[in-house]
Amino acid sequence: MQLVIISGKGGTGKTTVAASFAYLSENSIKVDCDVDASNLHIILGGDDIEKKPYIGAKLAHIDSDKCIKCGACEKVCRFGAIKDFRIEPLKCEGCGACKVVCPSEAIRLEDEITGDTIITQTKRGLLSRAEMVIGAEGSGKLVTQVRKTAMQHKKEDEWVMMDGTPGIGCAVMASITGCDAALIVVEPTQSGINDFERVHSLTKQFGIKAFVCINKYDINETIVFEIEKLCQREGIEVLGKIPFDPCVKTAVNDFRPIVSYEESKAGKEIINIWNAFKNKYKEEDIK
Amino acid sequence: MKIAVLSGKGGTGKTTVSTNIATVMNWNYVDCDVEEPNGFIFLKPEVKKTEYVKIPVPKIDEEKCIRCNKCADVCQFNALAGTKTGIIFFDKLCHGCGACTMVCPVGAITEEGRKIGKIDIGNTESIKCMRGLLDIGEPMAPPIIKRLKALVDEETTIIDCSPGSSCSVVAAIEGVDVAILVTEATPFGLHDLKIAVELVRQMNIPFGIVLNRADEEHDLITRYCEEEKIALVGKIPYAKKAAVLYSEGKLLIEDEEYNKMFKGIGERILGVKACS
Repeated sequence: MQLVIISGKGGTGKTTVAASFAYLSENSIKVDCDVDASNLHIILGGDDIEKKPYIGAKLAHIDSDKCIKCGACEKVCRFGAIKDFRIEPLKCEGCGACKVVCPSEAIRLEDEITGDTIITQTKRGLLSRAEMVIGAEGSGKLVTQVRKTAMQHKKEDEWVMMDGTPGIGCAVMASITGCDAALIVVEPTQSGINDFERVHSLTKQFGIKAFVCINKYDINETIVFEIEKLCQREGIEVLGKIPFDPCVKTAVNDFRPIVSYEESKAGKEIINIWNAFKNKYKEEDIK
Repeated sequence: MKIAVLSGKGGTGKTTVSTNIATVMNWNYVDCDVEEPNGFIFLKPEVKKTEYVKIPVPKIDEEKCIRCNKCADVCQFNALAGTKTGIIFFDKLCHGCGACTMVCPVGAITEEGRKIGKIDIGNTESIKCMRGLLDIGEPMAPPIIKRLKALVDEETTIIDCSPGSSCSVVAAIEGVDVAILVTEATPFGLHDLKIAVELVRQMNIPFGIVLNRADEEHDLITRYCEEEKIALVGKIPYAKKAAVLYSEGKLLIEDEEYNKMFKGIGERILGVKACS
């Protein structure tokens, strides 16, 4: 069973829900797919037990001794990454078109490390995550690698619990592909509903079963109603509505999952959502 | 002058800061968060023109192709694969670099545009607005962002970026005069802010920080700014009325207090530029 928690819009509470699910499901391996701004390890804590560099891209290099300064490479580069016979690493996509046209074989493509994949031992099991090199190409490929690393460490009967990324682009596509279910965390705002519709179209395109939970539902109950209507039309089950709770911020500042606060009303609802979800995917569904 | 608004962490208030300051300062607005653009919800501009964004992809003439596989060998993105019956093209992996066209010895490859998204251009009563929109199921945002940037003129413009620190953010902030990093006072906010700070420092862009949903009790961001000697150009306190206005898709500057606050932040942004 592979579950991914996504949102479309950033900051709707993905990690709050993911950290809670990670805490509640001891029999799971955790994955943080948000490789350019990972946060799950901040709450789960623990020690890194494995760290490996990942080669996720290529980068062109110009050998200045061989370069005859003809400018052919600069003309052919469609990414504006060559200027004055030098490569601008943040713009180079590693396509190698420059290498093809170079008459003096001065250009070579070199492997580029785009991040480190990390396995962290937390109190609630293993967490697979990454630290992306800032500004790197191909964050989607790094996400795929983080998921592969998780599968290498996953025990047979464990579930895979994934914190996804915001947006709908390559990193999100790499996060959701092949998952059994996606829990979409939606906030009741005009932006939230707009982004939810876009990310839901994506899960539909990928054929992934989607569920919804509405976070901070008491901010705007008119929009909650709109979201519920939309879900009904699309056949998506709303697993729960989490109230606004100042304790959520306290929990983040204390580095604790919200479900560990017995008095928290948001925590209580997340426990209900987890139980509802767990009951849907009993053992026979475990892959 | 171009001003980029970015954040590292998602949902910290980039679009709130961008749209409110753009309106109050009369600066143009460009939404480069092409995966989930939301600025138009608040600005409600009249869209006057839409253009499609296409990337050049190879088209192989089966009759001319001699199955030499040179195109597949040169492609660094595995977008072309040689089989016995011919070359197979995987369109979503293609970056549109043109290397395949260059290496084909028989001129069997021509290029055609493949649509990956669109750009809407319009204006409100006072400012020009643009946004990019990536098609659902398309992985690559940077070509749309680069096209948007090419359309920005010399007037002062706010560029609303996507969260994170990947190639999309690099494309959005490349060449801007000043960057504003929006964050919130939580360990998540601080962690992701540090990544954004490293990015703008690497790219030598002068920058300042706006703290959203400020909270005097947990003021780890102000402390960080003092330690790092970074200009804190604005503090927006958490207020229920702001959350409600935002949820309804309204600008906060409808409220007098916020109007003054965003004007102040806009003026201090100009100061960040002047100091650099």
